[in-house]
Amino acid sequence: MLAYANPQRFLRLARALTPWTVAASVLLLATGLFLPLFVAPPDYQQGHAARIMYVHVPAAWMALFVYVAMAVASAVAFIWKHPLADIAAKASAPIGATFTALALVTGSLWGQPMWGTWWVWDARLTSVLILFFLYLGYMVLWGAIEEPTRAARAARILVLVGVVNIPIIHFSVDLWSTLHQGASVFRLGGPTIRTAEMLVPLLVMALAYNVFYVAVLLIRMRVEVSRRRLRTIRLGLELAPA
Amino acid sequence: MSDWSTFFAMGGYAVYVWPAFAVSIGALAVLGIVSWRQMKRIERVVKLAGETIETGESKR
Repeated sequence: MLAYANPQRFLRLARALTPWTVAASVLLLATGLFLPLFVAPPDYQQGHAARIMYVHVPAAWMALFVYVAMAVASAVAFIWKHPLADIAAKASAPIGATFTALALVTGSLWGQPMWGTWWVWDARLTSVLILFFLYLGYMVLWGAIEEPTRAARAARILVLVGVVNIPIIHFSVDLWSTLHQGASVFRLGGPTIRTAEMLVPLLVMALAYNVFYVAVLLIRMRVEVSRRRLRTIRLGLELAPA
Repeated sequence: MSDWSTFFAMGGYAVYVWPAFAVSIGALAVLGIVSWRQMKRIERVVKLAGETIETGESKR
């Protein structure tokens, strides 16, 4: 970990990994689209509407996963002052916000035919909406505070305070009476989706979303490292004697 | 009805299923492409800035 604290060393590694992660995510996303649409059978109760699960559930998993990754990176930045930790957290935010927005939109598109409503203020939906606002708040904070060290500190605090929302989202369906169904894969007693024809496409799509996250994270971290380098060059030019 | 029209009809849920897939792939594609273009642009600017400094220093 500490070997890659040097941004130049990180850039070399990221440049080597980027084409492979991009290719892998395109390939996995193509497979992840083919399997739910052409291989997975319709659900015995929900019919073809259940196919929305293959884009909704992995997006919801990623919404939580990316936030936890940001919280870990922020904690690392606080404790060990790792120079890439804040960059990783900042680069993750737009990706996490996109996955959260997708979970909300696709959930709404699934909710209308199954529940008869696009939206309901129940514990699961509301706590995921709060997660979306946490992502937006984090990005706004970075943009609003001009001094990077102060912006980083404020952003870290927001992420670490907001992480309390993650277990609330996960357990909301057990703790409160909600329209949203309970966990169907990561639960005690094993997944409720028992046929491989349905479980495999879901897991392939989850893997595709994960690899996509890594690919875009590397790209966005390269953007942020370059931005900081450019700022240093500009500062150097301003301070240099004429 | 042909096999393809049955497929596109999605058992009457087409109006929900296709937008869900379209918005998912569309959003990820936009995020990926925008990030890639940002990376290419800023890395080009950093390279140019580095070259400009080197040229300036060699002239001094």
